[in-house]
Amino acid sequence: MSTPTAVALEDAEVAFRLGDGRVYTAVEKAHLAVAQGEFVAIVGPTGCGKSTLLNVAAGLLKPAAGSVKIFDRPLAGLNRDAGYLFQADALFPWKTALDNVAIGLEIRGTPRAEALPRAQKWLTSVGLGAFANRYPHMLSGGQRKRVALAQVLIRDPKILLMDEPFGPLDAQTRQVMGNLLLDLWNADRKAVLFVTHDLEEAIALADRVVIMSAGPSSRIIGDWRVTLPRPRDIFEVRLDKEFHALHREIWSLLKDEVMKGYAQSTQAAEAV
Amino acid sequence: MSRVTLLALQVLVAIVCIALWQVLSTVPVFGKIVLPPFFFSNPVDVFSQIVKWFATGVIWKHLAITLWESILAFVIGSVGGVLVGFWFARQPLVAAVFDPYVKMANALPRVVLAPIFALWLGLGIWSKVALGVTLVFFIVFFNVYQGVKEVSRTVLDNGRMLGMSERQLMQHVYWPSALSWMFSSLHTSVGFAVVGAVVGEYLGSAAGLGYLIQQAEGVFDVAGVFAGMFVLSAFVILIDFGVTLAERRLLVWRPTASDGRG
Repeated sequence: MSTPTAVALEDAEVAFRLGDGRVYTAVEKAHLAVAQGEFVAIVGPTGCGKSTLLNVAAGLLKPAAGSVKIFDRPLAGLNRDAGYLFQADALFPWKTALDNVAIGLEIRGTPRAEALPRAQKWLTSVGLGAFANRYPHMLSGGQRKRVALAQVLIRDPKILLMDEPFGPLDAQTRQVMGNLLLDLWNADRKAVLFVTHDLEEAIALADRVVIMSAGPSSRIIGDWRVTLPRPRDIFEVRLDKEFHALHREIWSLLKDEVMKGYAQSTQAAEAV
Repeated sequence: MSRVTLLALQVLVAIVCIALWQVLSTVPVFGKIVLPPFFFSNPVDVFSQIVKWFATGVIWKHLAITLWESILAFVIGSVGGVLVGFWFARQPLVAAVFDPYVKMANALPRVVLAPIFALWLGLGIWSKVALGVTLVFFIVFFNVYQGVKEVSRTVLDNGRMLGMSERQLMQHVYWPSALSWMFSSLHTSVGFAVVGAVVGEYLGSAAGLGYLIQQAEGVFDVAGVFAGMFVLSAFVILIDFGVTLAERRLLVWRPTASDGRG
């Protein structure tokens, strides 16, 4: 392949030591490569360790075995090439929307006078130009996600890691946010690793959809290429025939894993 | 309920109480005065005592002393509490070692320290400041300690992923979080600074509101005691109002800041 690989997980294994000394293997021998400019979605049932895998790519977690390479270089410490969009609210509650976005530049030593206008520009491009002086608690969940997106993108990371970023939002807001993300992504096509439990969202957004099995010791069990034409509109792409065919095909595999994951989580609850 | 009605009702409570006090301490019920003036004085005497204090200007000196002691106690106690709270939260080993001693010191009723402070620091303002500091310090310390320890994991991770160094995390995450916890206990700690000052004065001093009350009590001047109490209450309410204003400025970013307290 001529395009360089942005993220490469090679036989990455993630394990945690439990309180009673046993070792819990969350993810087993994951092999995953994201090319530069590629949008990859990871889909799996709840608790399958997909967020864990993302944290490994971010350098927030160290794999127990295997390796992580970022642009062909082994990852040591945090992944400085990546921007991370969290599922939970991660904005600094004591900073205004504008300051929250500007901080990404200020950390690097960009003078405040220069950072603020650029932050304002980013707020405008996520549709929040008029909300610069609001504090996070004065914004809706969707607006907070927009600020978070601007906060990450203003640093112009080469890789975007997204952990169910639109998970807490309602269905309509999710679609609007999906379109916004695609618009912004289209501008410079960063490598994206997008974790979600929503298969439709994954197909609508991504170039590739990767399926993980139910945990523990979950593995990557499927890898589909989505050839729907770009630029896409999330509302319309869902009506596409190819979309339906792909959805049916992937769902037939995913369904069993979802049921397995569900059964395990209810058993675990009964055991407690 | 509108603001005006509320205010009217609040004033009404005061009027009823004062009227009852006046009537019961001057008019005999079944040939007996319910509130003997020797023990309870009466509102007219108390009020004229207050007026006299302000008219002659004696009160200002005492108010200034108490205010100054409270401010010093608050500032010193807060700075100490923030620093030590921060240090303990960032160094779990230190916190673990000192834990029993902190609990012990905090469990001690502070009043028993007053004689010691008077011995060490004399009868001037510093023994009162020291008493206030021991009260304020622990409130601020516990809040800051908690605040630093309970910084949201996600916000921390976000800071790290945005490229913050340890120093920057300190400046942009730990510090604001700790301060917000400190400010949320502002009412309590300011209140305790005043308590420390007044109790200290009461137990031995040459000036201040506590001294005034103690002097009046010493000569069985009940009107003076009550007058001192009323001036003290008004003083505390004014300070508390100031704290509320400060809090509104400092905690704008907090959802509870504007609608928390009435």
